[in-house]
Amino acid sequence: MENRVIVVGAGLAGLSCAIKLAEKNIFVDLVSLLPAKRSHSVCAQGGINAAISKEDSAFIHAYETIKGGDFLANQPAVIEMCLAAPSIIEMMDSFGCLFNRTKDGSIDFRNFGGSLYKRTAFSDASTGQQLIYSLDEQTRRYEEKKIITRYEHHEFLKLIKDENGSAKGIILQDINNLNIFSITADAVVIATGGLGVIFGKSTNSFACTGCANAALFMQGMKYANAEFIQIHPTAIPGHDKLRLISESARGEGARIWVYGDDAKTIEFPDGSFQKCGKKNEPWYFLEEMYPKYKNLVPRDIAAREILKVCNKGLGADNKDQVYLDVTHLNSESLKKLSSCLDIYEKFTSEDPRKIPMKTFLAVHYSMGGAWVDWPASDDSDRDKRFRQMTNIEGLFNIGESDYQYHGANRLGANALLACIYSGLVAGDEVNKYISSYKKLNTKLSIENQIKDEIKRQKKLLNQMGKENVFQLHNEMSDLMLKNVTVTRDNKSLKETLDKLREIEERSKNISLQDKSVQLNQSYLFAREFFYMVKLAQVITKSALLRNESRGSHYKKEFPKRDDLNFLKTTLATYNADKNDVDISYEKVDLRHFDPMQRSYEKEEFVPSIKNFKKFEPVL
Amino acid sequence: MKYILKILRGNSEKQHFEEFQLEYLENSNIISALMQIQKNPINIHNQLVAPISFEMSCLEEICGACSMLINGYPRQACSTLIKPLLEKSNVITLAPLSKFYLIRDLVVDRSKMFDQLKKMKVWIETDANMNKYGLKIDPSLRDALYILSRCMTCGCCLEACPQYNHHSKFIGPSVVSQIALFTNHPYGKNIKEERLSFIINSGGVAECGNAQNCIKVCPKSIPLTESIAKMGKEGTKHILKELFSFKKKSEK
Repeated sequence: MENRVIVVGAGLAGLSCAIKLAEKNIFVDLVSLLPAKRSHSVCAQGGINAAISKEDSAFIHAYETIKGGDFLANQPAVIEMCLAAPSIIEMMDSFGCLFNRTKDGSIDFRNFGGSLYKRTAFSDASTGQQLIYSLDEQTRRYEEKKIITRYEHHEFLKLIKDENGSAKGIILQDINNLNIFSITADAVVIATGGLGVIFGKSTNSFACTGCANAALFMQGMKYANAEFIQIHPTAIPGHDKLRLISESARGEGARIWVYGDDAKTIEFPDGSFQKCGKKNEPWYFLEEMYPKYKNLVPRDIAAREILKVCNKGLGADNKDQVYLDVTHLNSESLKKLSSCLDIYEKFTSEDPRKIPMKTFLAVHYSMGGAWVDWPASDDSDRDKRFRQMTNIEGLFNIGESDYQYHGANRLGANALLACIYSGLVAGDEVNKYISSYKKLNTKLSIENQIKDEIKRQKKLLNQMGKENVFQLHNEMSDLMLKNVTVTRDNKSLKETLDKLREIEERSKNISLQDKSVQLNQSYLFAREFFYMVKLAQVITKSALLRNESRGSHYKKEFPKRDDLNFLKTTLATYNADKNDVDISYEKVDLRHFDPMQRSYEKEEFVPSIKNFKKFEPVL
Repeated sequence: MKYILKILRGNSEKQHFEEFQLEYLENSNIISALMQIQKNPINIHNQLVAPISFEMSCLEEICGACSMLINGYPRQACSTLIKPLLEKSNVITLAPLSKFYLIRDLVVDRSKMFDQLKKMKVWIETDANMNKYGLKIDPSLRDALYILSRCMTCGCCLEACPQYNHHSKFIGPSVVSQIALFTNHPYGKNIKEERLSFIINSGGVAECGNAQNCIKVCPKSIPLTESIAKMGKEGTKHILKELFSFKKKSEK
């Protein structure tokens, strides 16, 4: 019997997984809201990390990733990803991806945040676009061979489980005509990306609602570390979206500054209070605060310092924004950044090569996501468990929508790596999983589930009430932006949680002006909104219960990391009886490096790895 | 400041114009204007109507989703700022691309563009190439290929091309340019002949009427006409080569 697997999502993770499965002659149904070339992966600008230079090593890369994530990531997974990184660059190169080249024709690497090594391969400032195009082309090859079938403009609605609770298919909806139907398979892989739309304006694309994961959460999938939401320090303020200016700008030498004021003082990382530069002179505050890493401190740190400086009233033009300056860079560096500088110029009508850019913080990335398993290579039960599998058997989760590789904060240029790596791993593991069980003709009560979904659709289309879903979404996202981003406190988190429950109630009174079944976008958004409100509660409750500050999660009343009580993974499960979120915790796998205080004030000694025996190459 | 957004709405059976009056927001673009309508879908006659259906994704002009006709010109709605348009007129007209099947309002079905890429084998045939890593690529060649590789398959060039229409088989500038990319890619030469045989057939480069509209509208400034000219020459060489090999065979 032929093997079939459903992959939901056509970004970097989904395509890597589909290609890996296709190479093994496993048939793939690739379901996505958008064609791959329109997926959010195209927005990744800066690059993809791989320790290739002589002085660098995969273990240093792994250590910096773990340290950057404030020791919350399970270490065996991170180490294997970093070991696989060079072969991933090779694979992408062999697919024709046009990485920048040095004068002698080899692949060029650039600097990025959180590291002192040149470790980031890139394609100008549109690396994500170039990577996804290469994978999309390979997917098309397998499509021509009829191994991969695409379902574009289709949305995941629900997981189909068999009598034993194993994933055996999905219910989906054609967004162009709202037709609801099902596909069955031997396993299901979710690669649906981030959740920025919950926060309204973010750097994310508009398909990044997190709603597939939220629907699965309500079907029993565990969700981990939801409270860790990365804020990018440099985005262009806007009405519709906060467009990112890549960290590669700072990697190439861009400097962040505001006009100083020596009448004001500010707390430095060592706890001392020092003057905010000199009156009316550019004050390069990150360079003064972090003389070693300067403008390339990790994102969570840069974001908090920028906010602190703006809160002192020092923001550019008296607004919440700082200067991001590339005007001093040479033409070669400017050329490498042209994709993101062009974005700035296009959307603000100012030339960043002549006038310093003005940027501010923006919600960027969710470190949290579906809980997935990771049996290490030398674990005694390695053969009985599957990497990237959720707590639901046969359901895998990869890319930004899983929680695996970044701990409490992600380092720049590790996202593209984690997406491709987890996709390839899942390809191997799904193959092992489907060969490990005998195919039984279990009964799937699909017809009734489809009927239920159609009933829900009709109800929402005909619902009468006074709420406008787009306005309600505004209310929710304003609340989330204000209380659940850079700085948090328990009082506001508690209030937010209560208000989210209110918004959930009010969403029952949404009425849609549009009753059509033809590409009804307000219906689609209203359906997604129901799940967004749920995921917002998961994020907020996880944040409320973590009484410490770690990585991107910073709580005013608990400003220090508390390893004794909180060096653990947050696990959220859905309590169907109470329609509520239950929180529990799990130990972090720290077998290779001992947790240390995170410091970026000076160059730090990288400890050597312990207890490392073997790893499993994916290529 | 207030202005009018005049939108061609409807489906493949029936279309009509509907006007909305909007307040100008600083630095706003067409997408943020359409979002204003979503939140308050009231037309100029004070009627509550269904919000406009439109495609969008990245809003950074890198995904190609939001192509539409803005004052008759095919372009990306996200990178079209409102202010420069208002300098000419207080009314901005939006319409769906006309060369594709209309789904609803501003949304059309562009899947035939991806089908063409599949037919023309626009990819690296990897099996024979897996051990090519480490091959040096001259940075100037890489830079030239990169310019071609930024094509978002947005459809603007097809919309503007007079030779691309429901009656013609022309595959259009973007696909020819993608073939040029892969034919000149150091790893892409192994199926070069196969691709060339596609573009010398009907629907290939010979259909280009040299109107040069494609390069005027390409949001990524891809030198599409250069690609077409280059592939025209390669195609001719390919025909001669085929003829020559046929002669050789018949001589034997």
